[in-house]
Amino acid sequence: MPTINLSYRAIFSLVLKRDLTIAMRHKDDIINPLLFFVIVVTLFPLGIGPEAQTLSRIAPGIIWVAALLATLLSLDRLFKSDHDDGSLEQMLLSPHPVFILVLAKISAHWLITGLPLIFIAPLLAVLLHLNEQSYGALMLTLLLGTPILSLLGAIGVALTVGIKKGGVLLSLLVLPLYIPVLIFATSAIDTAALGLPYSGQLAIIAALFFGSLTLAPFAVGAALKVSTN
Amino acid sequence: MPVNQTSSLISPLISATNLTCIREERLLFDQLNIEINAGDIVQVEGPNGSGKTSLLRILAGLSQPFEGEVFFNNQLISQSREEFHQNLLYLGHLPGVKDEMSAEENLTFNLALHGTADKAIDTEQIEQILAKVSLTGFEDSLASHLSAGQHRRISLARLYKSTANIWILDEPFTAIDKQGVHALELLFKAHIEQGGCVILTTHQDLLTFKPTQIKKIVLDYTFDESSFDESSFAENTFDNYTEQGR
Repeated sequence: MPTINLSYRAIFSLVLKRDLTIAMRHKDDIINPLLFFVIVVTLFPLGIGPEAQTLSRIAPGIIWVAALLATLLSLDRLFKSDHDDGSLEQMLLSPHPVFILVLAKISAHWLITGLPLIFIAPLLAVLLHLNEQSYGALMLTLLLGTPILSLLGAIGVALTVGIKKGGVLLSLLVLPLYIPVLIFATSAIDTAALGLPYSGQLAIIAALFFGSLTLAPFAVGAALKVSTN
Repeated sequence: MPVNQTSSLISPLISATNLTCIREERLLFDQLNIEINAGDIVQVEGPNGSGKTSLLRILAGLSQPFEGEVFFNNQLISQSREEFHQNLLYLGHLPGVKDEMSAEENLTFNLALHGTADKAIDTEQIEQILAKVSLTGFEDSLASHLSAGQHRRISLARLYKSTANIWILDEPFTAIDKQGVHALELLFKAHIEQGGCVILTTHQDLLTFKPTQIKKIVLDYTFDESSFDESSFAENTFDNYTEQGR
C-alpha cells in the first residue's frame, strides 16, 4: 500500500492557491460582483433623492441587501466550472477529506468576492450619508457576515450544480437562509447609530459564522456527492 | 499474520455483488457480479447507452447502484473511503483540466490532489511526464489554447506517476492519435504486470494484448429483451446522448 501525505494544511493551501490563480486569470469573476454592488448601491440615491436623513436611515439595509445580491451573483461559479470540466469528480475521488477541499474553495470564494466588498463598503456608506458612529459596526458585521454568505451559499450551489438552469432555484434556496444575517447585521448598524452597544447582535452573527464554518463544509460535501451521482 | 496474507493474495482487488442499475426507468444491468484480481485487464463492452459509464462510476463509488455493493479488498468502499481512493485512479468522460491553468500547473495540481506528488516531484519531473504524453513545448501554454486530445493527454499523464492499483478509465482513447493509443496500451501492460488492474471502456480493439488476456464484461441487457425493436433502440441512444451532454 502506498502511503500518502494527508496533511490538511498542505491540501487546503493547494486548492486555495489553485482557485485564486484561476480567479486572477479570469478577472471578470472578481470585478463583476463588485461592480454590481457599486451600481446597485448608487441607484438608491438616484431613485430616492439626495436627502441625507432618508438615506442615512436606509443605508445599512441598502448596503447589506446589495452585498447579499452581489454574493448570490458570484456563487454560481463556485462549483459550476469544476463540475463542467470534471475537476469536481476528481476532487470527490481524492483521498483527502472532502470538507477540507470544500472549505478551501469557499475560502477562495470569500477572498475573491467578500473581501473586495468590505473594502469598498465604507466609500459607498459615505455616498449614503451613513451615520458616523456606524462605520465600525458596518465593517465588523461585513467582516463576520460575508463569510457566512459564502458558506451558506455553497450549500445551495452544491445542491443545484447538476441542474442545467439552477440559477433561479439557487436564489430561492439561498436567499431565505441569508435573512438572519441581514436582520442582525442591519440591527447592529442601526443600534450603533444611536450610540448604543451592539455587541449582542455581533455575538449572534459570530455564532452564525462559527456554526456555518464548522457545519457547512460537511453539508456541501454531502450535497456534491448527491449532485454528481 | 501469514494466514491473512495468503487470503489477501487470493481475494479480488475489487469486486461487486448483485449490481443493479436503473436509469430513467430503464434497467441497464441486473444482478451483475464482478471480481477483478490484480493483473487483470477488463474491457467493458456494449452498445451506446448500455450502461458502461454507469458501471464504471458505480465501481469508482461516484454513483450509487440501485441495488448491490462494491468491495475493495473485501471491504465496502464506503467504509474504506480513504484507502480505496488512495488506490484508485478514475478518469471519466471529462478530462478534469482547467482552461485557466497551464499544462504543467494542471498536472502538478492533479498529482498533488491525489497525493501522488511528494516533495520529490519538481518542475523537471513534471516536464518529463509531459514529454511522455508528447506535450513537450506546451508546458506553459494555457489549457484553453490546447486541443481536446491534448486536454486528454494532460489528464492521462497522471497514469505515469500513479501509485494506485486500480485504474478505471472511461474511453481513455477518445481524441488520442494512434501512437498515443499504442503508448497507453504499453503502459497498461506494465501496470498489470506490476500487480495492478485496469478496467476500461473503449470501442477500439486492444492490439497489444492477446485476446485471451482481456477479460470482458458485456452489457447488452436491452438486447436480451424479446420486446426489443428498432424504434426503442433509437429512443435509448438518444436519451443517453442527452444524459451525457449534461
